[in-house]
Amino acid sequence: MQVEFRNIHKRFGSVHANKGITLNIPGGCIQGLLGENGAGKSTLMKVLSGFITSDEGEILLDGRAVTIPSPAGAIEQGIGMLHQDPLDFPPLRVLDNLLIGGRRGLIPDRRAALKALKEIEAQFGFSLDPDAYVDTLTVGERQQLELIRLLWLGARVLILDEPTTGISAPQKVKLFAALRKLSAEGRTIIFVTHKLEEVYQLCHRAAVLRAGALVAEIEPPYHTENFINAMFGGEIPTPPRQPPPTTAPLLALKGVTVEDARLQVGPIDLTVKAGEVIGLAGMEGSGQDLLLRLCAGLLRPTGGEIALGGRALQNATYHQFLRNRVKFMPADRMTEGLVAGLSLTEHFALNAEVHGFFINYKQAEQTAVERIAEYSIRGFPESPVESLSGGNQQRTLLALLSAPLHLLLLEHPTRGLDLESAVYIWKRLKERARSDGTAILFISSDLDEVLQYSDRVLVFFAGRASVPLSAMQTSVEELGLLIGGVPLETARSTAGMHQPEALSR
Amino acid sequence: MEFDQLIIGLAGVIATASPIVFAVLGETLTERAGVINLSVNGMILLTAMSGFAVAATTGSVLLGFAAGMLIGALVGAVVAFTSITLRQSQVAIGFVLALMTRDLAYYLGSPFTGQNGPRVPPAPIPLLSDIPVVGPLFFDHDLVVYLSFILIAVTYLWLFRTAPGLVLQGVGERPASAYVRGVDVNRQRYFYTILGGALVGLAGPAYSLSIKAGWQGTISGLDGIGWIALAITIFGGWNPLRAATGAYFFALLQWLSLVLQPVLTGIPSQVLQVAPFPLMILTLLLVNFGSTEWVRRRLSALPEDQRRAVNALIRRLNVSPPSALGTNFRKQ
Ligand SMILES: Nc1ncnc2c1ncn2[C@@H]1O[C@H](COP(=O)(O)OP(=O)(O)OP(=O)(O)O)[C@@H](O)[C@H]1O
Ligand SMILES: [Mg+2]
Repeated sequence: MQVEFRNIHKRFGSVHANKGITLNIPGGCIQGLLGENGAGKSTLMKVLSGFITSDEGEILLDGRAVTIPSPAGAIEQGIGMLHQDPLDFPPLRVLDNLLIGGRRGLIPDRRAALKALKEIEAQFGFSLDPDAYVDTLTVGERQQLELIRLLWLGARVLILDEPTTGISAPQKVKLFAALRKLSAEGRTIIFVTHKLEEVYQLCHRAAVLRAGALVAEIEPPYHTENFINAMFGGEIPTPPRQPPPTTAPLLALKGVTVEDARLQVGPIDLTVKAGEVIGLAGMEGSGQDLLLRLCAGLLRPTGGEIALGGRALQNATYHQFLRNRVKFMPADRMTEGLVAGLSLTEHFALNAEVHGFFINYKQAEQTAVERIAEYSIRGFPESPVESLSGGNQQRTLLALLSAPLHLLLLEHPTRGLDLESAVYIWKRLKERARSDGTAILFISSDLDEVLQYSDRVLVFFAGRASVPLSAMQTSVEELGLLIGGVPLETARSTAGMHQPEALSR
Repeated sequence: MEFDQLIIGLAGVIATASPIVFAVLGETLTERAGVINLSVNGMILLTAMSGFAVAATTGSVLLGFAAGMLIGALVGAVVAFTSITLRQSQVAIGFVLALMTRDLAYYLGSPFTGQNGPRVPPAPIPLLSDIPVVGPLFFDHDLVVYLSFILIAVTYLWLFRTAPGLVLQGVGERPASAYVRGVDVNRQRYFYTILGGALVGLAGPAYSLSIKAGWQGTISGLDGIGWIALAITIFGGWNPLRAATGAYFFALLQWLSLVLQPVLTGIPSQVLQVAPFPLMILTLLLVNFGSTEWVRRRLSALPEDQRRAVNALIRRLNVSPPSALGTNFRKQ
């Protein structure tokens, strides 16, 4: 189905999120949609999928002007949207998720749903247990479920808003294969992303939004500078690598083990110097998240010793970790990091170092104004955090980390950020590490990011951690093999690396 | 105690539980939709009084029950309107209504206090009631008790076996997802808050026209039951079968505290009277015990197949409220 946007305008108060966007997407095409954080991509997609109505402009499907009053109305027109956080029912079973809001009638037709599930799964090589509870599935599997549901309902236009941020590499391969197949069948796919290589791999054409306006339509052969120029108006220099610091050790883990209901992790031995940046790689749930929560004081070790600056912390409470200037930034920013309903000013008030009984709003607002400028957050002091675009929420979280820290633990620090923001945020983090001596441990599923910004890398596989690898001496290929469980020696020879130099522990 | 006496006692437990069953089923439906109606306690009193008043005036028990359901539905409608349309706090509204309806019951009910009135006649089911043990336990009651059996089954099947029931589950869990699937979330909430109110409205007349026939004002002994019903709804994990089990369990505890009084002479009778309440809470704790970190740790040491089985069991026992309970839903 051909989709045409004509002169779409959308304002949120004083924010002009879509400024007269006109874009024609031919049927059967995989259309990439790019742009910096807050450029208006999600807004445009929400207009198409019936979540919000545009202030001006019209949408044409196969040349016919349509009104899309609601998401349900959109699916009736054949438009389905896959949200970044899948809109499903976690405590219900897979099959029930398909059935809700499906065909009408008193008794749900389980057999038909099961048949459809199996058929669509067979087409794309998905395999979901129809009786599994959705909250036991990975984000990638929940995405597959939503995709199946939309196809079952007859979607001919599929919108995917940053679908690859939370899923594993094999799931991404599967998703891309499915999308190619769907486009070959004549379905139109709109793919919102921040990652250029995904556009190169997948998209037949791409459009770039900037500050609410469509600034470029790009067709293959793709050139990176065209994208970068359109998105940011110029090159983005990646900061040069610096040699690892030679400071005193700060964090010491000795034979540490930790576990949750699913996984036993360790024993891990690791010494981190002040100002050092350690990247933790691995498939989601291989133990890196437990290590991070352990270092944050959120989990107690089941064995071994943790010391920070010589102080033993294995039996310390989370509060004691906080007092030792340890800070954890979880991946799920809206539920764990920010408080929905509170404005930026209120967040800075909550975060103030000195807590009086009364809130010093004037000072908090001033801080908010300063930080908004400093971190170029697209928002106002009085904006509620949930109205910010994903990337700007992330900037806010970082802006809230003002006080000097010994240890900073980050989960996917640049997930959902545009390239420029990611570079900017890492620049700030690196400055912190080098000037304040803050040690940083971070998890990322983006191996390029791990290699680019870490001094050393720990790869996790099924609860076991590799020896710390110097980032200078490893490669994306080698990390990829280690993540898949290939032993280090084999990985080294396969990835064609030289003999490792003495690894510092 | 003779065996016959035991059976008669247990049959009494089943009968006295039926008003609580109505209340927990109604509240379960309402909460499943994401709305808390905290006014159950006052609603039971108000509908008991008005059910009795209408039945005594008209001489029709049926009209008494109809009045109870109507008033229950009205209170439900007030909760729905103020919380869904006016977006006020469900908790605050619930508390205010709980107090208001209670006082209204005592105030308006004073002319009827101690009066004689009609009551639901016993209706043993022919043949079935002659079966030993099962007959007297389940088939020698009045229509109110049979209705409670039927409603347990209907509510359960509705919730877990029908398409509208599935939608109801979804609305309470994640309204945004339901909205995307074309469900009018707020209309669903209105519907189930009113329907739930009507079911709670059956509980009052079930007392005043059957279980504790008559209206005795402040000494009717009904004050407090609504709060227990709210607790049982939670204990029942928002599942009609489990909620009903909770209601029977509570009635059983109350009966035991009565019959054990002569046996346990060392324990003051006041202790026995309140014992059902802490015991109820203890049971709640035990039921949710499986989800604690400590248990999970121990479990991870078990071999895979055993762990699966235990996990499945815990999953069944474990209750978690509808995630959207008590929240407002806005489009977008
Ligand atoms: N509901 C809303 N209320 C107020 N402002 C909003 C709302 N939704 C979006 N905005 C604003 O509109 C602008 C565009 O947001 P949008 O979510 O479309 O950006 P985006 O391109 O998807 O960014 P990102 O890459 O960070 O997801 C932002 O400045 C955002 O703060
Ligand atoms: Mg977005």
